[in-house]
This record gives sequence, C-alpha cells and structure tokens, in this order.
Amino acid sequence: MRSTSIVLNIFRLYQKNNRMQIIETAKEYDAIIVGSGAGGGMSAFVLANAGMKVAVVEAGPYFDPADPITKTQMKWPWESPRRGASTNRAFGDFDMSWGDWKVDGEPYTTKEGTDFKWWRARMLGGRTNHWGRISLRFGPKDFKHKDVDGLGANWPITYDEVKPFYDRLDKMVGIFGTNEGLPNDPDGFFLPPPKPRLHELYYIKGARKSGVPVIPGRLSMLTKRINKDRGICYYCGQCGRSCSAYADFSSGSCFIFPAQKSGQVDLYVNCMVKNVTTNDEGLATGVSYINKEDMKEYKLRGRSVVLGASACSSARILLNSKSKQHPNGLGNSSDHVGRYLHDSTGAGLTGFVPALMDRKVYNEDGVGGMHVYSPWWGDNSKLDFPRGYHIEVWGGLGMPAYGFGFNASAMNKYIGGEIGGYGTKLRDDVKRFYGSVVGLSGRGESIARFENRCKLDNNVVDKFGIPVLEFDYKWSNYEVNQAKHMVDSFEEIIVNMGGEVMGDKPGKESDYGLLAPGQIIHEVGTTRMGNDKRTSVTNKWQQLHDAKNVYVVDAGPFSSQADKNCTWTIMALSMRASEHLVQQYLKKEI
Amino acid sequence: MKRRETLKSLLVGGIAGTAAVGMGALSCKADQQVESVETPEVSSEVYGRTPAEIKHDEKINSQICYNEHQLTTIAVLCDIILPPTPTAGGANEAKVPEFIEFISKDLSTYHELPIKGGLMWLDGESNTRFNKEFVKCNSKEQIAIIDDIAYPDPKNENPQMDQGRAFFNKMRDLTLTGYYTTKMGIDDLGYVGNRPNMWDGVPQDVLDKHGLAYDKDWMPKFIDHEKSQDIAEWDENGNLLT
Repeated sequence: MRSTSIVLNIFRLYQKNNRMQIIETAKEYDAIIVGSGAGGGMSAFVLANAGMKVAVVEAGPYFDPADPITKTQMKWPWESPRRGASTNRAFGDFDMSWGDWKVDGEPYTTKEGTDFKWWRARMLGGRTNHWGRISLRFGPKDFKHKDVDGLGANWPITYDEVKPFYDRLDKMVGIFGTNEGLPNDPDGFFLPPPKPRLHELYYIKGARKSGVPVIPGRLSMLTKRINKDRGICYYCGQCGRSCSAYADFSSGSCFIFPAQKSGQVDLYVNCMVKNVTTNDEGLATGVSYINKEDMKEYKLRGRSVVLGASACSSARILLNSKSKQHPNGLGNSSDHVGRYLHDSTGAGLTGFVPALMDRKVYNEDGVGGMHVYSPWWGDNSKLDFPRGYHIEVWGGLGMPAYGFGFNASAMNKYIGGEIGGYGTKLRDDVKRFYGSVVGLSGRGESIARFENRCKLDNNVVDKFGIPVLEFDYKWSNYEVNQAKHMVDSFEEIIVNMGGEVMGDKPGKESDYGLLAPGQIIHEVGTTRMGNDKRTSVTNKWQQLHDAKNVYVVDAGPFSSQADKNCTWTIMALSMRASEHLVQQYLKKEI
Repeated sequence: MKRRETLKSLLVGGIAGTAAVGMGALSCKADQQVESVETPEVSSEVYGRTPAEIKHDEKINSQICYNEHQLTTIAVLCDIILPPTPTAGGANEAKVPEFIEFISKDLSTYHELPIKGGLMWLDGESNTRFNKEFVKCNSKEQIAIIDDIAYPDPKNENPQMDQGRAFFNKMRDLTLTGYYTTKMGIDDLGYVGNRPNMWDGVPQDVLDKHGLAYDKDWMPKFIDHEKSQDIAEWDENGNLLT
C-alpha cells in the first residue's frame, strides 16, 4: 500500500536521524491541496480524475457521514444526556461540525472595539458536513455590481464565463429547485423540490400580500437519483447532522471518496499546514505541516499547491509563508491578503401565528432546510442601502431538544390565556402552542471594504507555534440600514400571516439585530481576484499573481459577495480553477 | 468504516491513505498497524461522540452536584410540575431529576447556583410558614407555596415572592425540556418524525381546515416520489426529462 509505505518511510527516516528537525519526503506530488471542504474537495476530484497525483492535507480527523460510530443522524434527544444542548458543539450535540467558534488550542484575536466570529470545522469535509445546503448561483449583476452602484469591485469574470461550471455542478452534485426565469437568480439543472409545509404556506400568503416574491427553495439535497452511488432523501430534516445515505452534499461523500477511487489521492488527516514553501524563483515547492499526533513538523513536496483551507485560513497560511522572495508573505506584494474580508449580513424575527395553534400532529420533518424562500425583490435605487438580501423561513412540528418547553406557558400572553401554572394545564399549553412559531431570517450582501481585514497577530501563536489571525472588521451604515429593512419587512410579513412578533423588535440601539461579522459563516474576499496585481491577490483563474503554481479555491478569491450563500459559487469556481491548473500542468507551464 | 478504524483516524495524525469507502482490501492492511488501539464495543450510550466529548461526559458523570435532600426536593417539584396523567407518565417516571442533575453540572454557569440557592429559598419559605422543610410539608402546604410562585405578578402585589418565581420558572423550564425530550414525552406530544418517510405535502384535511391549497402552477414542479429512483436527465435548457 503506497500510503502506508510513505508513513513507514517517514518513521524510518526519523529514527535514523532523530536530530533532524523537519522531516521531508522524497516523493513529489503533482499538487498538494490544503483543506478538504467545498473548494479543496472539488479540486481533489478534478485533479485526481485528470490523472494528477494529489495529496490532500486536512487539519482535522477522518470523517465519513456513513460511519455509525460518529453518526448523529436519526438519534433521539434522549440519547444525549444534555438533550442536544450546545455545551460541546455550538449548534448542539447533534450538529456535525467538529469545531465551531472556538477550537481548542487554536485561538484568534480581534482588534479592540471590533468583533468577528470565526467558525472552523476540523474534520474531513470541513463545514460542508453541517451547512444549510442552500445553494444559490450568483447572477449576472452579482459579478459586476460596481457597475450598478459604484461600490466595491467588479469581478474580472462574468456570469456567462461561470455558467457552464454551475451547469455541470448542478448535475454532478445535485440540487433541487425550479427554473423561474429571474434576471439575477439564474435557472439551472434542478431536481424537483419538495412541497411546502404548513407554516411555509402561511409564509407564502403573508409575503405575497407584502409584494415579496416566494419561490421553491434551492438546496443541494437529492430528492431524486443523480447516480447509483448516492442515496435519495428520506426527509428526516437532519442535513445538519450530515447524511449517512449521502443524499445531501458534503465534500467527503461527493468529492473526496470518489476521488480516492482513482488511486491518485493520498489523504493526510490531522495535519495542520503551517506555510507554503518556496524556491529561489519564488515559486511554491510544497507545504510544511505539523502532524497533530507527534507534534513534529513535516514537509511535503509538490509541483503546485492548491489552497482550500477557507478564506481566512488560506490567508493565514499565505501571510505565514514569508521568504526572501516574498517578505510580506506569499502572494502579498499588493498587501491585499486578508483585506476585503466580508461576511453576509444577518438579522431575523420570530413570530407567533395563532392559526397554527392546536395543530393536528403529523410528520413534517421534510428536508433539512427551507422548502420555499424569497430572493431579493427590492429596488436599491429607492432604498438607503446598496445591496439586497434573501429571506429564509423556519418553523413547524420539529423534534424536541434542549430548550423545548422553555417559556411555553408565557405564550399565553398573546392570546389572553393564563400564564404560568403546572400539571395538566402546563401539558396542554405545551401541546397547544407546538408548531405555532415561525422564524424569518435575512441573509444579505455587505460591501467589501479595504479596512475590514484579518492579519497576523504579532503576539499570539496557537498550540502548534503558528502565528494566529487578528480580525479587524466593522459594519458600515449600509449593512445597518439593510438590517432595519429586514426586520421591518419581517414584521410586516408576520402580521400578514395573522401573527405577532415575539419579543422586542430590535431597534437602532442594537443595529436592528444585525449579527456580528462572521456569524453567518460566509466569510469571503481575503485573496480577491482581479486583473491588476496591485489591487488583487489572484488572477481570474485564482492563481496567485506572485506565484503561478499556487491556486486558491476557497471563498478567498471572491471580489464581492452577493445576496446569496457562497458555497455553490466556491465549488463552481474551484472546478474552473482546477481545470485551469490541469491544463497548465499538461502544458508543463507548472 | 469500523469503530477501530475511526478511532484510529480520530486519534492518529498523519496519513489516512485510501482506507475509506469501497477500499476494503487496503483498509485491512491499515488495520494491522493499529492493533494496539482500544476497540470498545458500541453501546446504546454512544451518540456519535469524539474522544474529547466522551471524556467530557465521563467527567460530568463522575461529579456529584446535589445531596439527597436536594434531589428529593427536585423530585417533589418535578411531580408537581408534571404529574402522571391517565395516558402519560409523570416527570419522575421519565427520570427528569437525573436530567436536571446532569444539566446542572454540564451547564453549571446557568443552572447550578440558581437551583441550589432556589432550593434553600424554598426551604426558608417553608420553614417560615410551616416550621418544616418543603419535602416534609403535606401536599396542601406545598401547593400553597407553589401557587405563590407559579404565576407572574404583573401588578407587583407580592414582590417578596419574586426570587421564588425565578426559581420556579427555571424548574418548570428544565422539567418540561427534560420530559419532552424523552420517549415518554415525545409520545405524549405526538411528534412522529425522525424516521424515514416520503414527505408529500400537507394532508388534505389540514389544508381544508386552514383554507389553504397548493398553487396549481407549482404542482407539476414538485417531486413525484414514484419517479425519485429514476436517474435524473435534463434537456439542454434544464427541463427535467425523467
């Protein structure tokens, strides 16, 4: 077994010369891919199937959604002694992310007076194991939004250039949705969507009354077969736990495992990449990593390096890759690595809908996300903020977990019932109000700004001795005004549904409920692409301007966000960049 | 993947090779390297934990939070909050006090002090009124105290009970959560999900009751489960053909 012999070789080498500080392999890979999530996974799939010899280096352990030992899908709340509370995992015991806003021994810092939350999943497949699977193509306007409002930067590519990759991605990975012919929410190759649930029918009614369009959701879950290797959805609503039937998209099940079948992939897990190594010409020669098992430093050699560690992690690796040729960090001659960091905006409201009280109870788990949503409908030329947002809907007769029943009786205040008590009356309260709460969440576009950035913290290292990131990020009035528009719209829709806003509607004092940067987990822009190497980090093929054999395939190269979630675009662009790398490799340019 | 292999990959850094799905022959070889890794059997206690989480649970389970008197008082409160009904067991039958003990340790910042202090408050009130601890009162006496803390006091008529109300709110929240996250509670609630099914829309009688209907234009677009096993094919414009 090839990979076993490598491990043995490393150990023999190490035993022979135990004074050696960094352990180097003789083998040279065609490409070393850092990170196994959406971007890295896609790249591994493309490169391995093109016949390139690939190393995938992942900072977390091996993970397979089908493994019964680590699986949380279809578990009952009582199987967790804390009933799914978030003591150990920020989104609860059953959420399939190993690592969250905090990772043991791997801190990050924030500049005084600023806030940023950084989610890292340390596992094969990364954050794709638990994400919401909302898969929205960027539209023509999203690639050229500066032309519309003069803000931010245009992408150096157009929708038409990316469209063929979106089309192939739809068919390769699978996504449900409907072709609607909307100008900036492009059609695709969709599987049929599931029917809306009851609370979603109420939402449709309420939103349309306000002139807000509603269309079927677009999520990467298989309502229908796309091949013989992956199962189809059985409607448990638990995609966040990662599907053991591989009926939702996760990078392991859809990219890494199929790529392994080519025999071209060596998978390195629990290996934390420290930096990219370079030669006298300033080109990459491989990566240096810390093996978490023995805490020793190792080097891998490669003809090219593909960074897919996540926007901020890849920026960190580049900034930590200082050399004579790249004194400011690899790819950072422009001083743009880490800059233009931007996350989606987020705000929400929760409503109580009396018509949804005393419900007949049936199984409406559905898929693990919204069956319908509202793409952006507004005309920004008439609004006090430049970009839009889409609306996500939640509610229904969900499976109880920790927190279920909290303040159950307090709901009586909305209907003039008696608050408080115990016994049979309390049981009746719980059942009466079960399924009567609906939530609306806005996910919008912020403007990328030069000042919003991550950079190396000069004083702090992680447990591997690697300098950590310091974040310096502030929202502007654009994002605050957008959040105000969100909560105003949500209030109107909730009232149109015959409901009432629960809790205090957030006002000016709390920036209208605008969540902290990073909290939507759509961070992008840290290695943005552009045609001018003075104002961008990568070219339009996601190659570093400063080192052509280094590609960035996560969300770092995004010139701007959209009012869409970023994963589908990460994957389409990773496919495009990886195929470019294959061509360069075949032409011996790399 | 077998538990042994997974433990290996959770614990061991470095190369995982191709010991993944569909690579049985290779993974056998990988196995030989890790004979020393412990291979505990899967138990019903396992809910997909990482090694660090298993350690955390073991630590929590080894701690003692409440003494016998406190646990007895918690049990009495659980019985008042959710007594058995003709069709469903009560909170004690669903082992809610054990859950409250666990969560008081697991989320101690939120629960431990308020509950311990609240129990002392309750005995203090009981001593003042009846000259005995709460658990030694008869049920009429117990309910007399509970009725003073189980309801809000919007007109502020009885402010000396505010701390008791806060305590009872917490006990009520934890009892409800502890109960409705057990099989007994879920059966009582009627939740029938968390099992494979083919969601095909809101039942017609429910639609009728709510005066709702599916949009006629939308109906042909939704998944037809009869065809869900047919591999998808599209024309060049994205129209599904299968």
